[in-house]
Amino acid sequence: MSQRIDLDHGRFRQIIRGKIKQNLRKYISQGEMIARKGKDTVSIPLPQVDLPRFKWGDKQSGGVGQGDGQPGDALGQGQEKPGQGEAGDRPGEHMVELEVSLAELAEIMGEELELPRIQPKGTEKIIAWKDKFTGVRTTGPESLRHFRRTFRQALRRQLSLGTYDPKNPVIVPIRDDKRYRSWKSEPLPQSNAVIIYMMDVSGSMGDEQKEIVRIESFWIDTWLRSQYHGIESRYIIHDAMAKEVDRDTFFRTRESGGTMISSAYKLCAKMIEDEYPAELWNIYPFHFSDGDNWSIDDTHACVELLKHKILPAVNLFAYGQVESPYGSGQFIKDLSEHFDEDERVVTSEIKGKDAIMDSIKEFLGKGR
Amino acid sequence: MAGLRRFPPYLREMQEEIEGHARAYGLDFFPIIYEVLDYKTMNEVAAYGGFPTRYPHWRFGMDYEQLAKGYEWGLQKIYEMVINTNPAYAYLLEGNSLVDQKTVMGHVCAHVDFFKNNYYFSKTNRKMIDGMANHAALVRRHMARHGQDVVEDFIDTCLTLENLVDPMSPYITRVPTPRDEDAEDGDGGDDVPRLRAKQYMDKFINPPEYLEAQRKKKDEEKKKQRRRFPEEPQRDVLQFLIHNAPIDSWQRDILEIVRNEAYYFAPQAMTKIMNEGWATYWHSTIMTQRAATAAEIIDYADATAGVLATAPGRLNPYKLGIELFRYIESRWNKGQFGKEWDECDSLDAKRDWDRRLGLGRSKIFEVRRLHNDVTFLDEYFTLEFCIEQKFYSFGFSERSGNWEIQSREFKKVKDQMLRMLTNRGQPFIYVDDANLENRSELLLRHAHDGTDLDLGQAKDTLRALYKVWTRPVSLLTRVEGKGKMYRCDDGNITEKSAEFPA
Repeated sequence: MSQRIDLDHGRFRQIIRGKIKQNLRKYISQGEMIARKGKDTVSIPLPQVDLPRFKWGDKQSGGVGQGDGQPGDALGQGQEKPGQGEAGDRPGEHMVELEVSLAELAEIMGEELELPRIQPKGTEKIIAWKDKFTGVRTTGPESLRHFRRTFRQALRRQLSLGTYDPKNPVIVPIRDDKRYRSWKSEPLPQSNAVIIYMMDVSGSMGDEQKEIVRIESFWIDTWLRSQYHGIESRYIIHDAMAKEVDRDTFFRTRESGGTMISSAYKLCAKMIEDEYPAELWNIYPFHFSDGDNWSIDDTHACVELLKHKILPAVNLFAYGQVESPYGSGQFIKDLSEHFDEDERVVTSEIKGKDAIMDSIKEFLGKGR
Repeated sequence: MAGLRRFPPYLREMQEEIEGHARAYGLDFFPIIYEVLDYKTMNEVAAYGGFPTRYPHWRFGMDYEQLAKGYEWGLQKIYEMVINTNPAYAYLLEGNSLVDQKTVMGHVCAHVDFFKNNYYFSKTNRKMIDGMANHAALVRRHMARHGQDVVEDFIDTCLTLENLVDPMSPYITRVPTPRDEDAEDGDGGDDVPRLRAKQYMDKFINPPEYLEAQRKKKDEEKKKQRRRFPEEPQRDVLQFLIHNAPIDSWQRDILEIVRNEAYYFAPQAMTKIMNEGWATYWHSTIMTQRAATAAEIIDYADATAGVLATAPGRLNPYKLGIELFRYIESRWNKGQFGKEWDECDSLDAKRDWDRRLGLGRSKIFEVRRLHNDVTFLDEYFTLEFCIEQKFYSFGFSERSGNWEIQSREFKKVKDQMLRMLTNRGQPFIYVDDANLENRSELLLRHAHDGTDLDLGQAKDTLRALYKVWTRPVSLLTRVEGKGKMYRCDDGNITEKSAEFPA
């Protein structure tokens, strides 16, 4: 039901979106939205949207209350003024929490970062058929008989035959009058996508680096989810060995071993081969590391794996190098040396939290 | 209207019954037209301040979202709404229990009685539904011509200044101070008087240097006397801007609309405590003495207890209002007033004072006709009442970082209460000079009464004002005891210390 308020409400939401957009960089780098994530929404704290006024400063104004208590007793904790004392009933003016759906958030991010929409590759996988009633026909099971249509047909026949008597309006359908609902099965096409996150958890990746990965993966998730239905996420951690873990472990684990990136790529390649046939899936491996690999040989192995196993299957291979005080940062150079021409490989150096937004743009800006 | 339900016959019967009781008690109200709304429409109508049509503005959308969330999360529910028009429109929430609807009807009757009879509502436009619709049509037309964003932006600006009106002005004819017309016309030329002298002596008797000095002195005096504009500080800043700001006619229309609506709503803010107290007094009287059946009384009591609940640091206008009306009624019933009462200083005598005058009812009817919240509390909020109702004043304690109860001393509580209600709890701001330093800059003065302004908001408000005045605007106020002048020139705010006349 459309309401008069919808227009004004729409304007309000638009203003909110504008504010979020303005502050997107801040929200992204602070990562505070992730903590506020609900099922399909995030709640975003916004500075008051209300209009300014000449009004009294809070601290000196005070008020009058009613009830028990001694002078000196606190009226609840904290800085916030208890219930506005005035007779006025304007809503309190402080931070407002606004709920925004993840889809809307992705849209806002898309607009702000000017991200192109992703063209899903390959044929769309058909995952389900849906039955839908589309019309009527003259044959069918009795359970699907269309009562009204049947009687209408009978009435029409009786009228044209002149056997209908308005004084005694009895309608008797015969076999030919019967109408049945008919249906069609429609395929529900769906393109599927999987994100494979890989992260280096060797000793040189500290908490700050992980935090950056966490924030960045949240936004990548949000964007890709808005582009595909039913997206899957897989998580691989590696030091000298790689293993698949769940999301929580992914962000928590800290190992101390050395780093062999090829181990992760091997696992990734195997995962793709076994579970995600390239023609049906849009595959997005993201790899985060501080760029310190064990040996040149291993780097070479990585390049081979990428070239022959991973790249042919994926939409995009993204490598994010988080700056760390310990890492040499060599790996990103090696990658760009080998894949500079390759559209499917994106590399990005993430210098700190503030650089997350630019890095997201680099990753997703290709629209693949 | 979307979501409008036909007014069902059983409610109509109920309305007749309740209005019968109300009339029998002496309530005198405009005809009331009820509409039953589902909660969504109720929230919508509430966001529009009870009116079916308002000009388009995002703020209504924001209010709507807040109301809708409050309802969905079960935090708040609007039982009833009534607007001050003739006939009065009132809205009932669909799905409320019959007891609730009955209570609401009693409540509404008293509200409408208050609208009709209270002096402060006497100047309001009783055809405001049309008024609001006309405003909406005009704003839409301007939006079509000048673009929605431009107009909406200017509405934002005007709403920022919305509270800079003079709510008492409808009831007082402010006489312009008579001008001293002669002062200017009298002296004709700008020559200084000379002594009469023969021509050849003139140079000596009226030495040119002396004449020059005289002339200068006179000029200076004149400058001092040059008429200020405005001559008297003006409280109705909006009106002043409408008359004097260099704005387009459509902008003037918007300013006028905002001002007009501000004045329409002002009496409701000025009488919130009385109005709600009066309505609660009467729904409770009608329900408990006449309308509620034995089966309904528990539900009624439960609902009303909710309405009258108090929370720490919150002044419940329903509670304060009804208690004060009851207190007045009881005092006048017992004859606790007049010279004898005032002069009696024996507590015992006062406690048992009962002259059985029975004047209570007629007294509260008189009170509801004559008072607004400030005068109501000033007159009837007494020491006894303050103690009996356990009032306290609270404030922010820097020491503990908490809001704390500060005092239960009657004088402090009452002072705080009156200060909170005076000018609807808002600072007094005047247009002091529209030609500051002869540069047609606008100077506002904050009549500081002990509470500093919220400076962040004040600066933003100055920026908005600049958009209307288009020349630099300044605000003279006091911050932490020191005079300060804030000047806004094209969005940039500068601050300097200034003398703040006490």
